[in-house]
Amino acid sequence: MGARRRAPITPADEFDEKGTSIVSTITPTPTESAITTVPAVEMTDISISFPGVKALDSVSFRMFPGEVHSLMGENGAGKSTLIKALTGVYPIDSGSIAMFGETLSIAGPAQAQAAGISTVYQEINLLTNLSVAENIMLGREPRRFGAIDWRETRERAAEILAQLHLDIDPASALNSHSLAVQQLVAIARATGVRARVLILDEPTSSLDTDEVAELFRVIRDLKSDGVAILFVSHFLDQVYEISDRLTVLRNGTLVGEYLTKEILRIELVHKMIGKELAVLDDLEGKTKAAAEAVEGDAPFLRATGLGRKGSIHPFDLSIAEGEVVGLAGLLGSGRTELARLLVGADRADDGELTISGRRKRLRTPRLALSERIAYSSEDRKREGIVDELSVRDNIVLALQSDRGWFKRISRKRQDELAQSYISALNIRPANPDALLKNLSGGNQQKVLLARWLAVAPRLLVLDEPTRGIDVGAKAEIQKLVANLAEEGMSVVFISAELEEVIRLSHRIAVMRDRRKVADLPNEDVTVSQIMSLIASGAPAIDEEEQQ
Amino acid sequence: MNVIRSLPSRQLFWPVVTLVALFVLNVAVSPSFLAVRVRDGHLFGSLIDILRNGAPIILVALGMTLVIATRGIDLSVGAVVAISGALACTIIADSSDPNGLGTVLAACAVALVFSLVLGAWNGLLVAVFGIQPIIATLILMTAGRGIAMLITEGQIITISSAPYKTIGAGYWFGLPASIIIAAVMFALAALLTRKTALGLLIEAVGINPEASRLAGVRARSIIWTVYVFSALCAAIAGLIISSNVTAADANRAGLWIEMDAILAVVIGGTSLAGGRYSLTGTLIGAFIIQTLTTTVYTIGIAAEITLVFKALVVIAVCLLQSPVVRERMHARRPTITRKVAAS
Repeated sequence: MGARRRAPITPADEFDEKGTSIVSTITPTPTESAITTVPAVEMTDISISFPGVKALDSVSFRMFPGEVHSLMGENGAGKSTLIKALTGVYPIDSGSIAMFGETLSIAGPAQAQAAGISTVYQEINLLTNLSVAENIMLGREPRRFGAIDWRETRERAAEILAQLHLDIDPASALNSHSLAVQQLVAIARATGVRARVLILDEPTSSLDTDEVAELFRVIRDLKSDGVAILFVSHFLDQVYEISDRLTVLRNGTLVGEYLTKEILRIELVHKMIGKELAVLDDLEGKTKAAAEAVEGDAPFLRATGLGRKGSIHPFDLSIAEGEVVGLAGLLGSGRTELARLLVGADRADDGELTISGRRKRLRTPRLALSERIAYSSEDRKREGIVDELSVRDNIVLALQSDRGWFKRISRKRQDELAQSYISALNIRPANPDALLKNLSGGNQQKVLLARWLAVAPRLLVLDEPTRGIDVGAKAEIQKLVANLAEEGMSVVFISAELEEVIRLSHRIAVMRDRRKVADLPNEDVTVSQIMSLIASGAPAIDEEEQQ
Repeated sequence: MNVIRSLPSRQLFWPVVTLVALFVLNVAVSPSFLAVRVRDGHLFGSLIDILRNGAPIILVALGMTLVIATRGIDLSVGAVVAISGALACTIIADSSDPNGLGTVLAACAVALVFSLVLGAWNGLLVAVFGIQPIIATLILMTAGRGIAMLITEGQIITISSAPYKTIGAGYWFGLPASIIIAAVMFALAALLTRKTALGLLIEAVGINPEASRLAGVRARSIIWTVYVFSALCAAIAGLIISSNVTAADANRAGLWIEMDAILAVVIGGTSLAGGRYSLTGTLIGAFIIQTLTTTVYTIGIAAEITLVFKALVVIAVCLLQSPVVRERMHARRPTITRKVAAS
């Protein structure tokens, strides 16, 4: 078993063992001449653009039967877009997709399914009020005389479950089971359509250790049946445990394809995060100088043992006035979860928080705002912009709700505010009446910054404020953060780009596996130092604490 | 020229055209349709009738607009209409002095205050317990008629009270009192939402509730407020309706008025998905619906096809406002409307 797992480049052997008649028909690539079988999926030079964004730029990707292939990359790298291209959700602008050597034109999800591509999404899309059997057979129930043959339905579902060695009663209601079991049922459903390619998008994000083990057992079973499995997860340990090969994407481009056993974690993290142009070297000196001035001040905010079950382990953190604290860590490491506790977006169920020495409970974002703590979410679309309203309305929203509905900010004052932020942040188009949905991502981000700055915050928590926006806007936002801190505003700065974090922060907290693992003053900290903290080996100790 | 060409793409263009078309149709059939006469210092005429009879729909649609703007819906307004009429009429009928102004004012006050309680109940279910608005208000929609029946003890309460009759059938300053009441409520709603920040906050909550919460908007109180306001509007409509016929009918008062109100809101260009709303649009929508009813009588359409006729006009207005039809009509102008999906 172990030998087979470690041999992803000889999937052909497996097929030969089973007598499958697939023979090598393509010329092996020169670099990996050991590959002799036809890829289950081969995507060549795929490009997809959305207005203003090139989501995928000539990306090639392949996976072989009987292998688990991890797709790696930070948010916005193009993982979801690639999956959606493969499953027919997005049409591709250029490039080609082939399965087992045959070129396919996938025009929609139904066609992808007919070709044997099944997907299990992160949010389980099953009908929880129906039975397990109904869910597994939904849409392809066996029929007799036009009516559904329920007995046959249950029997076939039981068969599929048995194939996966799952001991689940097909007649039981799906919502009587845990999320983990529901996840397994979703996989059973996906394999029931004779999947040759199974896509698992973040299947483990809500599972505990035992449940993950059970899931992995099922994945290995499917793998030995020759199914090609695409595994997407932000848990590095799991990626290393289950996958044979991985493909790294960054900013919509292909970084490379690697054998899991041949790439070190630190290399992988490096490839996922990448390097950024050194646009603002001059900033560095500035922040270093400020770091010294900050020390010794009483903290504006201090968190002691603050935590939330299932979200983030208790952590300590203090932020001085005018200090920029950077949060480094991979997606899903807990950096957003930590921020949400500081700003009242989520309620802490452990520990305490003091602001200017007074104990506070920030149960809602509103209470945090009244302490002059503002939070710019990483999910701009869902938690930031109010897209049908104008730029002006969006800018005044937080200030207005802080003042209460009755004390309307006069139109004149609104216009002044909007105008001043439009010119200060260089928002384009410079039209306060433009609907926010018509602005580019970078300009939407600037409008959101304006919304938070308008409330004159004492602490501004910025979660990925520079993601998905062009270099120019990015530099402007970085400069702004540095200037604000100089004027005495405290900032929590979260970014996947470590260079950016290092350049701007006085102090850096490193997150891994939902806990804070380090807190270093930014004195000659290097990217590789932080990367090794992010990547460093084994999962943190007490897993059962999470349950 | 450009102004004229851009007119059809304005949100209220087709509703206004429909209203005018209905007026033209009415004038063609009965030339005196637009005539407004003065008799005993009071205004009379078909237009005045439309205004007077439309007052309840305008009121209910007014409250409905704000509810819909928060992504909600209020199906219970018809039941609230029945309850408020039943309460007021029962109190007046049971009192020793049905013609006393004090009695009538007290009866109206009780009915209105009780409607605030009903609205608060809806708001509680939606804003605090997070029940879907359609279900939450369905509860009162069905239970409310029962409450009205309890109040009237299953009878149709007929009253004879001159001051009470004024609300629905009387005149103030030469105009039907019901028109003035509706106009005052309309002005109040417009002032309250557009001269304060309430309108902005309502729209923000309707467009993106989570972003609004993070921006510190008190979404819960706002949602609560709009349901209370909706019930208050419905209760005033209930007073007007019962006063007009000087009777409270728990079963039939305000029957299907929720549907007319929702229709008025939609015709007026407010999306059922929530967000931006137009009170003026709702007003025009309510006029269209009321004019339709009147038209049916003036042009003598047989009673059995009345509903079909109404449906046809409504379908036409809705189609004219649909994005697909709009796009087709502007086909000459190339537009890029590809949806941006975040990867």
